[in-house]
Amino acid sequence: MYTQALNDPKSKATHIAAEDPVRNAKFMEKVSAEQRIEPNDWMPTPYRKTLVRQISQHAHSEIVGMLPEGNWITRAPTLRRKATLLAKVQDEGGHGLYLYSAAETLGVSREELDEQLLTGKARYSSIFNYPTLSWADIGTIGWLVDGAAIMNQIPLCRCSYGPYSRAMVRICKEESFHQRQGYEIMIALANGTKEQKEMAQDALNRWWWPSIMMFGPHDKDSTHSDQSMAWKIKRFSNDDLRQKFIDATVPQAHFLGLEVPDPELSFNEETGHWEIGPIDWSEFKEVLAGNGPCNKERIAAQRKKHREGEWVREAALAHARKREARKQQAKEAA
Amino acid sequence: MEKSELVPLWEVFVRSKNGLSHSHAGSVHAVDAEMALQNARDVYTRRQEGVSIWVVPSAEIVASDPGDKDELFEPAESKIYRHPTFYDIPDEVGHM
Repeated sequence: MYTQALNDPKSKATHIAAEDPVRNAKFMEKVSAEQRIEPNDWMPTPYRKTLVRQISQHAHSEIVGMLPEGNWITRAPTLRRKATLLAKVQDEGGHGLYLYSAAETLGVSREELDEQLLTGKARYSSIFNYPTLSWADIGTIGWLVDGAAIMNQIPLCRCSYGPYSRAMVRICKEESFHQRQGYEIMIALANGTKEQKEMAQDALNRWWWPSIMMFGPHDKDSTHSDQSMAWKIKRFSNDDLRQKFIDATVPQAHFLGLEVPDPELSFNEETGHWEIGPIDWSEFKEVLAGNGPCNKERIAAQRKKHREGEWVREAALAHARKREARKQQAKEAA
Repeated sequence: MEKSELVPLWEVFVRSKNGLSHSHAGSVHAVDAEMALQNARDVYTRRQEGVSIWVVPSAEIVASDPGDKDELFEPAESKIYRHPTFYDIPDEVGHM
C-alpha cells in the first residue's frame, strides 16, 4: 500500500528495521543508481528518521506559513490581490497536506506530527516567526521567501524517496505562481508613490537577511549535510543554493530600484557572482531557540486552531459512525 | 482523542482527463467517503488536475510485498519470446 494507515490501532508497524549491512549495501546501490525508494522498501532506520524529520518540518512550515500571509487577506488593497492571496494561502495549506501525506508513508501518524508541532517538539522554518507589518511584506514574502523555497525545493524533486519527490514536483509547479504574484506586488509598489516605494524598501530591509538565512548554516557548520547528500535526499549544499539565490535576487532588487540592505554587497567580475557581507547568525539562533518576534504567537495560533477544531472532529466522527451503524441496520433488516 | 477515535486515512486517485486511467495522487484524512471526496477535491484538484476522483480507505488496499519482488516479477525477465522483437521476419514482409 502506498500509505500505511498507521493511526489505525489495529495495524502493526510492518517495519522492524534491523540494521543489516547486506541490505544496507543493496539500498545504497539502488540510491546511487538513482532508483527511488518507495514506502514498503527496506531502508536504514536513520534514513527513515531523517526523512520524517525533514518532511514533517517542511509540512509544519507550510502550515505555519499560512499565518503571516493570512494576516493580510482582509486588508488586501484590491479584489484581484485578495483573490490571489486567498488562493496562495490555500495552496500553502495544500502543500502542508501533500507533505504530511508523504511523511505518513514512513510510519508516523498525522496525530503524532500535529502533536510535535503543538508541543514545540518539531521545528518549522524560522522565517515564519517574523511579523507581516505592511502590505509590502506580502510582496516581499512571495518574491524572496517563496523564491528561496523554490531554490531549495527544485532539487528535492529528484530526492531518493519517491513520495517526497512526487509531493515536491506538485509543490514546485504551484510555487512559481507564488513567487510571481509577490514580485508583481513589488513592481506596483516600487512604481507607486514615494510612500509606497518606502514601504517596499522597508519590507526588503526586514526580509532580506532572514531570507538569506533560510538556506541554513554554512556548509562547514551544517550537521546533517554529508549524510543527506550520500542518501540523495539533498543535492546541493546550503552555500551553493544561497549563492544561486543571491545571484538571482540582487538584480531583481535593482530592477525595482530598491537597495539591498548590505553595505558590503559587491559584484565579483572574475567569478560573475554577487558577494554578500557576513551573516549575523546570532539572530538566526535566537529565532530558532524560540525568541523570534512571533514564535509564541505562531504556536499559540496553532494550539487555538487545534483546540477549537476538536469538537468539529469529534462531531464529524460521531456522525459518520451513526450513519454507518444505520446503514448496517438497514442491511440486516433487508 | 482516544486511539479508536482517530480520523481514518484514504488514498486518492485522480483521472486527469477522460481517456486516461486514474492514478494515485496522495492521501487525505476523512471521517467518511463523502468527506474524503470533498477533501481530495480541495487538496488535489485546485488547478483542474482532474475530472474524476476515487477515494479508497488506505487500510483496504492489499499490496505486494517488496520482499517478494524477485519472485513475482523476475520470471518475466527471461521470457523474451513474449515480445515481438524476438522473432526474425525479413524486412520486405513488413509488419502488420
